[in-house]
Amino acid sequence: MRVVIVGAGQVGSSIAADLADVHEVVVIDSDAERVEDMNYSHDVLAIAGDGTAVSTLEEAGVDDAGMVIASTDDDETNIVVCSTVKAISDAFTIARVKNTEYLRTWQRSKKAFGIDFMVCTNLLAAESIVRIIGLPAARDVDPFAGGRVQMAEFEVAENSPVSNVTVRDADRFEALTFAAILRNGTVEIPRGETVIQPNDRVVVIGTPKSVQEFARTVAPDESPGTAEEVVVVGGSEIGFHVARLLEERGFRPRLIERDPERARNLAEKLPDTVVMESDATDTEFLEREHVGDADLVVAALESDEKNLLVSLLAARIGVERTVAIIDATEYVDLFEAVGVDVGVNPREVVAEEITRFTREGGAENVALIESDKAEVLEIEVDDASILAGREIRESIQQLPEGVVVGAITRDREFITPRGDTVVEAGDHVVLFVDAAVASEVTPRL
Amino acid sequence: MKLRVDYRASLSLVGSILKYLAVPLCFPLLVALYYGETVVPFAVTIPLTVVLGAGLERLDPDPDIRAREGFLMVGLTWLTVAVVGAVPYLIEAHGIPPAVAPVRPASTLGNPANALFESMSGFTTTGATVLGEISFDAHTRGIMMWRQLTQWLGGMGIVVLAVAILPELSVGGAQLMDAEAPGPGIEKLTPRIAETARALWGAYLGFTVLEAALLYGLFLLGIDPNMTLYNAVAHALTTMPTGGFSPEARSIEAFSAAAQWIIIPFMIAAGVNFALFWHALTGDPRRVFEDTEFRSYIGVMAALTALLSALLFTGAGFTASVPADGTFDAAYLGEVSGIIVGQVEPALRHAAFQVVAIVTTTGYASIDFNAWSTPAKYLLLFAMFIGGSAGSTGGSIKVVRWYVIIKSVRRELYTTAHPEAVRPVRLAGRALDERAIRGIYAFTLLYLVIFFVATGLLFLDGVRHGQTLTLLETMAAAASTLGNVGPGFGVAGPMGSYLGFSNAAKLFMIGLMWIGRLEILPVLVFLTPEYWRR
Repeated sequence: MRVVIVGAGQVGSSIAADLADVHEVVVIDSDAERVEDMNYSHDVLAIAGDGTAVSTLEEAGVDDAGMVIASTDDDETNIVVCSTVKAISDAFTIARVKNTEYLRTWQRSKKAFGIDFMVCTNLLAAESIVRIIGLPAARDVDPFAGGRVQMAEFEVAENSPVSNVTVRDADRFEALTFAAILRNGTVEIPRGETVIQPNDRVVVIGTPKSVQEFARTVAPDESPGTAEEVVVVGGSEIGFHVARLLEERGFRPRLIERDPERARNLAEKLPDTVVMESDATDTEFLEREHVGDADLVVAALESDEKNLLVSLLAARIGVERTVAIIDATEYVDLFEAVGVDVGVNPREVVAEEITRFTREGGAENVALIESDKAEVLEIEVDDASILAGREIRESIQQLPEGVVVGAITRDREFITPRGDTVVEAGDHVVLFVDAAVASEVTPRL
Repeated sequence: MKLRVDYRASLSLVGSILKYLAVPLCFPLLVALYYGETVVPFAVTIPLTVVLGAGLERLDPDPDIRAREGFLMVGLTWLTVAVVGAVPYLIEAHGIPPAVAPVRPASTLGNPANALFESMSGFTTTGATVLGEISFDAHTRGIMMWRQLTQWLGGMGIVVLAVAILPELSVGGAQLMDAEAPGPGIEKLTPRIAETARALWGAYLGFTVLEAALLYGLFLLGIDPNMTLYNAVAHALTTMPTGGFSPEARSIEAFSAAAQWIIIPFMIAAGVNFALFWHALTGDPRRVFEDTEFRSYIGVMAALTALLSALLFTGAGFTASVPADGTFDAAYLGEVSGIIVGQVEPALRHAAFQVVAIVTTTGYASIDFNAWSTPAKYLLLFAMFIGGSAGSTGGSIKVVRWYVIIKSVRRELYTTAHPEAVRPVRLAGRALDERAIRGIYAFTLLYLVIFFVATGLLFLDGVRHGQTLTLLETMAAAASTLGNVGPGFGVAGPMGSYLGFSNAAKLFMIGLMWIGRLEILPVLVFLTPEYWRR
């Protein structure tokens, strides 16, 4: 497949490098020097030009391209690229954006901007940080339905409170569905009387909060409780999303922001976060607010150097773990070497996400379990779907064994699926499907 | 000094509204015709209203209403309407030859101060009365119907009604409604303000018709022989505006337990933000129960009811010894406490009825709560300061203001310990603007200051006038008129009247009712020189 990548920055070149060995990759960038670099360093065709111009896109062979990835540092440019591509070809379009408003628009209507898949840098970075904080016990975590639904896979340890317990007894969570148990490489659909055995892998689908609660049940030692004290330093977009996602998981984080207006703005948007208006390097303030007692500090300021400073200061006053956002890829190792526990590079996260997605290569929001044993997919139910307008119990009977409805979102609201829940057209349904029946089931949904 | 306020424009619009007052005046005229009573009070007032209104309207053929003119117009509308509304009372009390009407005892409304008091009390839905005797022997059914109708007109608001029907008010309508509607700010339900006003009046009319039908149903089923069609209509007209005028001297005590139970939910509904009913009817009923103010409103009433019914059930709600001031008789006390103490249903019913009637500022009485003990009375005095919801027909301070005050005080306590914390005050999840919070503080403080000053002045006037008023009675009278509640304690109790106060005190209380209904600021603002100056 021909893949056209617009923007040869860090994200673009990283994706290009990953895809070059299996695909025919063309890279477009307006910077001639970068283009030349690209041509020499990777096995790709690099073209100098304006990616929003039809002539440049045609030169890159967009007519035959299977996929176009817009990955420049400018949101609007990326959107225009995808829109232009959709107007002149059938290629699958992927756009990278920073602004979450664009993501929200796109999630509302997948027709928006002519974009088939959108990744949001700030949100992804925040999600990966929260995953580090919230669910260390999970082997795999994937967000669905715009983050309102989460799929997670946990390995049940010998000493876990849920080992040798039936599913019925383990399922004490309102908004959680046990989708599957993976035992010795086989997929088992759990029934109420199924006993969870040690070393099983349990796949659950539910709200982020309930998944978090389940994580604490499965691995109480490994998973931090919501009593865990998290301090986010810096009210950047990423800092904001970290706090917001932590709130969704039931945490009550603290957030420190220096700018009064931004602080007020964040305080309005984050009801369960204590927003403090102060300079995070003011040691007197840190002492007064006992920031040193925090279990974890996330440094999300706009500059790498300040994030390093904050992390080191936090570690010095006694914080157990520090996570820093590091914009420059080359600093990540250095910072981790001098004392930051985890460095998160937003561009790297985005490049990984896009690569992962292109490798899986589906238009739907899909997650693969154990690389190919089963998949979790999100569909928007239309009238033709077997699920539409009937009870789940009824539609499942007409499908082969191995399908579990994990979650439903209707008008952005989470609905826990039970046997008598009626699915309506327009609902987003997250399903677990055993790979053995996937090809048979998918077209009927 | 050149005035910057275009008072002619304001007066002109007051005239337009006044002109239309002739329409509701026809209703008591028809009632009078039906019962074969004199129609003179209305036959005179109707043309008078039209002429006066049309005259004022000519002051400015093309009125242009801006913020300042809006305040003046709203304030003057209520004053003018109250003055004109007093005319039928005066005419009935004076100049009707015995050939036209049967000889009646001299009406207390012959005194202009009394007539104006009754009229202002009606339009502001206070429900405080100066009628010496409430009965159809003393007053015609027509004049009594006018008294109840003034409350119904005042409840949802004359200006809101005007916005709904007068196209010239469509531009500044939101501003005007804001000046009149209870609570901080208004909620636009539809893009066009006139439609919003019509929706609110529609819900209001619907509830009134429903209540009248249910009450009359009790009569038809023979459950309550006293709930005649006249009474059913009269009580529906005074429940929904949280008014409280009853044509029965013993208020709701005159009716069966069933009627009292029916009136309770309608009083509760009248104290709810009418925008919520609109949401419920247009397909979002969940919003009603998610509304923070609605929950607090119901919660407060439930808590007070529980407390009061416990007092009544155990007998602690009744005075051990009858006070010697003769405001109620010992036989009555013995009779009611005998029925209520130790009985679940009556204790609960009277507690719920009285709490709801006072919190919503309806001011009906299902029992003479004058006979209650001091703790029970203080509980009711406290309830007078709560008020209904914003956007309801209830008066007083309003639940939402208390809610915001409590939340912001808690915020202050928190930020004292954590000076850097940024904590917006949230109402139903949404952060409130700091300016709105300041406005709420200012209003509440002003309200309490006016209450204390009014208490002092009324007390002094009582001394001057030779009235023996206790402090509780004076406080209740001030709180009751300022909060548009209605009854107080002692002489002004639920079965008594404000007749005993001096003319000066009555005029002062007319002012209290007026500024209480318009929530102080819209009236006070045009008493300041800054308002008039360039």
